[in-house]
Amino acid sequence: MSRRFTPKVLTANDLRKGDVIYLTADGRWSRQHNEAELIDDEAIAELRLLEAMGQSAHIVGPYLADARPGPNGPEPLHFRETFRTRGPSNYAHGKQEADHVPL
Amino acid sequence: MYRYNEFDTAFVRQRVAQFSGQIDRRLDGSLTEDEFRPLRLMNGLYLQLHAYMLRIAIPYGTLRADQMRQLAHIAETWDKGYGHFTTRQNIQFNWPKLTDVPAILSALADVGMHSIQTSGNCIRNVTADHFAGAAADEIEDPRPVAEMIRQWSTDHPEFQFLPRKFKIAVIGSAHDRAVTRAHDIGLRILHQNGVAGFEVIVGGGLGRTPMLGPVIRPFLPKADLLPYLEAIVATYNLLGRRDNKFKARIKITVFENGLERFRDLVEQEFIRRRASFNGAAAEILAEIAPFFAPPAFKAADPAPFAAAYAVDGLFRAWADTNLVPHKRADHAIVTVSLKAHGETPGDASAAQMRALADLADAYGYGELRISHEQNVILPHVARADLPAVHEALRRVGLATANVGLLSDIIACPGMDYCALATARSIPVAQEIATHFKAIGLEREIGQIKIKISGCINACGHHHVGHIGILGLDRAGVENYQITLGGDHTETAAIGERAGPGFAYDAVVPAIERVLRTYLALRRATDETFIETFRRLGAAPFKQALYGDEARDAA
Ligand code: HEM
Ligand code: SF4
Repeated sequence: MSRRFTPKVLTANDLRKGDVIYLTADGRWSRQHNEAELIDDEAIAELRLLEAMGQSAHIVGPYLADARPGPNGPEPLHFRETFRTRGPSNYAHGKQEADHVPL
Repeated sequence: MYRYNEFDTAFVRQRVAQFSGQIDRRLDGSLTEDEFRPLRLMNGLYLQLHAYMLRIAIPYGTLRADQMRQLAHIAETWDKGYGHFTTRQNIQFNWPKLTDVPAILSALADVGMHSIQTSGNCIRNVTADHFAGAAADEIEDPRPVAEMIRQWSTDHPEFQFLPRKFKIAVIGSAHDRAVTRAHDIGLRILHQNGVAGFEVIVGGGLGRTPMLGPVIRPFLPKADLLPYLEAIVATYNLLGRRDNKFKARIKITVFENGLERFRDLVEQEFIRRRASFNGAAAEILAEIAPFFAPPAFKAADPAPFAAAYAVDGLFRAWADTNLVPHKRADHAIVTVSLKAHGETPGDASAAQMRALADLADAYGYGELRISHEQNVILPHVARADLPAVHEALRRVGLATANVGLLSDIIACPGMDYCALATARSIPVAQEIATHFKAIGLEREIGQIKIKISGCINACGHHHVGHIGILGLDRAGVENYQITLGGDHTETAAIGERAGPGFAYDAVVPAIERVLRTYLALRRATDETFIETFRRLGAAPFKQALYGDEARDAA
């Protein structure tokens, strides 16, 4: 048996703006991590990734990132993904500015 | 300063048009990302963590006032009101939209600037001494040679797909302010028996495998420069490893083949290529040199400087750290610190860029320089004007008196921006600066270089910092390795790793322990950190970092 699969969210950057985006369960791209679909089946995760690769007219660099369930939706596991949910730490830019994601 | 000729202008405009078309084709789906990526990288456009990033070359760090104003305009119009000056004499904008990039590139072309060859496996922006043309210790201004290299390397058909990126630095002084030994090729201008030439260094580099470049030619006559450079790059182009990205830089090629073999191949290639150049270098240089003629210096009685120095403590503190001697006694070189305590090293707001452009026009003959240490330089300021310059800098938050001190830190963008980062660097720099200011030890500690990189690629030059900090990811947590004893000057050295890394919160206390140890052990207040380190070695500092574990591990 393989190791237990760590649940994933599918993330990418918006082609025009570069902003970080997440695939939702109903197939939209959201700018909020907690709106992402938390995928806990490896085969489905791979399928979502393949589908996303076909959407290159809107998105760039899709990949699967580890996540876990939280009270308001999926939460990132790794600090890199946490930074991607908000923006840089030296200025309140990125999502901290546009969408007022609390730090 | 160098101004584009018709050829340069047409070339840059054509590139903007081509890239605009490529962006359109990416947006309408005719180009996939895999096809588009190399094209955007050829034009300096990266995708980072939160947005795109556009890297713009500032060849040999020289900038005119009108160019600086245009950078301010770009920052305000298409970015978030600031720009980031880097260790490679580039400026990076962190928030451009893909659809705005053509407009930005046109605005750059309007002032003779571009992003060409700021990425990719080609010869990158040529860097040089940021005090070029002004330094009292200068043998010869390195910029005409750097400009010749820029012209030769731009769009050079043979060298667009090298095994890996290729960086050249040129220095024209005894003091090395361009870190020549950490470049793929370093050139040091020398005059030998009345003949101008270069000491040629090859195969230096930082990154994963830091190496100081050895000398391949102790003296190369100036006229032979281009064929010799071609011979080096052509030899590397054939011999360099394309099977493994981590072994593809010329430093590995030279190391694996041995300097002797590499040199023999270069010398053979040089003889073949030399004939076809037919002494072209002399002609090109004669054409370029007038653009770098010194400005018409005005003679001015430096009395106002002495008067302000005597009475104004803030001015005195600033003059003591931020000025260096100019080749003319009645002038000085001003380093404007982009390292205000708690701010991001290397960042300048649009308002600050405009203020710098205005100061350059009013007091600096319209000239500016960007240093690899992420500061801005006014290379020629009459001493008499220094009090007025200081006052104007104070008004825009640019009068920080810390050049060469602890808070004058190099920091790469790290995980706040960079997609390759393994940890953050900017907040570490911010906290070191504010902490030592708060405890009042910065002046006491004196001259020291702290350099921080957010991953092994070493864009923040941590290997050559007196204290280097490297941010890593250890099992999903930021962790920082400290190196000690690096040196970025003519006595270049790669720092040695002190031991296991430190958690994010433990970095500032660790640096404080090292520096308190230095203060306790230095012979006199004028023995700098690096001098004390060289005298005593790493042991007492490791002891300070790790206590008795250091001895057990030794
Ligand atoms: C997000 C943008 C950046 C990316 C993707 C990037 C990528 C890299 C990579 C991959 C290397 C290692 C190359 C090798 O050893 O083969 C490197 C080295 C380096 N980069 Fe960057 N870098 C970035 C930003 C910067 C910045 C902001 C600076 C200046 C502050 C910089 C200056 C350098 C320097 C000085 C080196 C080491 C010298 C050498 O080439 O050996 N880079 N960079
Ligand atoms: S050192 Fe690493 S983190 Fe820092 S800019 Fe270079 S690639 Fe990015």
